[in-house]
Amino acid sequence: MFRNQYDTDVTTWSPAGRLFQVEYAMEAVKQGSAAIGLRSKSHVVLACVNKSNSELSSHQKKIFKADDHIGVAIAGLTADGRVLSRYMRSECINYSYSYESPLPVGRLVVQLADKAQVCTQRSWKRPYGVGLLVAGLDESGAHLYYNCPSGNYFEYQAFAIGSRSQAAKTYLERKFESFSTSSRENLLKDALFAIRETLQGERLTSSICTVAVLGVGEAFQILDQKTVQALIDAFEIAGEEAPAAEGDAPDQSAAGSGPTTDQGPPAEPDVAPMET
Amino acid sequence: MVKEQANWSPYDNNGGTVVAIAGADYCVIASDTRMSTGYSILTRDYSKICKLADKSVMASSGFQADVRALQKVLAARHLTYQHQHNKQMSCPAMAQLLSNTLYYKRFFPYYAFNVLGGLDNEGKGCVYTYDAVGSYERVGYSSQGSGATLITPFLDNQLKSPSPLLLPAKDAVTPLSETEAIDLVKTCFASATERDIYTGDRLEVVILNANGLRREYMELRKD
Repeated sequence: MFRNQYDTDVTTWSPAGRLFQVEYAMEAVKQGSAAIGLRSKSHVVLACVNKSNSELSSHQKKIFKADDHIGVAIAGLTADGRVLSRYMRSECINYSYSYESPLPVGRLVVQLADKAQVCTQRSWKRPYGVGLLVAGLDESGAHLYYNCPSGNYFEYQAFAIGSRSQAAKTYLERKFESFSTSSRENLLKDALFAIRETLQGERLTSSICTVAVLGVGEAFQILDQKTVQALIDAFEIAGEEAPAAEGDAPDQSAAGSGPTTDQGPPAEPDVAPMET
Repeated sequence: MVKEQANWSPYDNNGGTVVAIAGADYCVIASDTRMSTGYSILTRDYSKICKLADKSVMASSGFQADVRALQKVLAARHLTYQHQHNKQMSCPAMAQLLSNTLYYKRFFPYYAFNVLGGLDNEGKGCVYTYDAVGSYERVGYSSQGSGATLITPFLDNQLKSPSPLLLPAKDAVTPLSETEAIDLVKTCFASATERDIYTGDRLEVVILNANGLRREYMELRKD
């Protein structure tokens, strides 16, 4: 993609019928660090790569709980993601307040998509620069959606977004047919393998990834570092060894994430500054 | 010319009594389960006690529709707090939140007479007592509702510390053991039920301590 005379405003069409600002926003998602999601009939797993800029700083938080039955992983401009997850939380709380029942995840993604669309049709706004993998549970089972800056959304069995996500997608494409009936443990295993694919040879440890799980009878929770490391150790050992026990009840705290204090890499000319 | 009076009131009083007692490492919160309107009973089985957080339990008498609305608002605000702070609200924090929420509707108040019980940041029992518009105070024990006038003097006699000026300084929380406090509460309600027509049917007691939350029930006179 190169600069052209139709890409300054989101409200300017190109002669080929494209909105370049929206497409650039989708580029921003591709620059963010990887996030993947996969689901079975009863569980959804979200995992993401969490690299901090330096040893001195904390990781950015990329997985958020919206409600007991909905969680979201983001890639791209994490600040935009934080704002959208706050919106999701607020919508969940307001719906529960009015209807005394959980907000159906299908409705939430439509609301998110409509919110994103507004930013593609106002001259004084810009599209959100973040892709959202929304994991949710409703009466018909587990769901995984991908919400785009363009305002589109799609449901997936498994998906990966962010940098080097193609490697993860290739892995998921090979295995996705078995996910529907996968057990929770195998789903976690596949998620970790998919994340490992995006690391391109770098060693997978719990300090550079975050994993969250949601399922029937299990509220959305981000697994703590110890549990994740135990899973990695259990699965990386060659063979069909049974996964180690989950350890202590994994708590709510986001594994290793603190307030977003990192500075972000120095901005290259055409690339908006964001997390690695 | 006499000023025109309203022929309709947005409020109703559903009666009932609530009590809370703070101990050294526990808190007892109790209420009867009768809901009435006028001289009629609506139900004998309605809980006026609501768990707001791990260590905060609120009991409210008054207009139960307003009480329910208040409980929902506080529950929603607590969810937001948990999302932002990654932990449960402490009882003193909840106490302030309840006060602010009540004052927010200063000019169309929640007709709710609340008592908030729980464990403070040090694990000691705490009780906060409120009026309808949010004025509150931390105390060692409190009673609100239709039977409060019968129960409060009795609790004063049993639990009130002699004087804040005395040395050594006496804690507001009672030196009673948990079982003694529960027994005292049961006695209070048995007595109030005798003379207050709006109190009776069944007593619900919630006990909060380091081990968590537990509930006890006791039958009361149904007349």
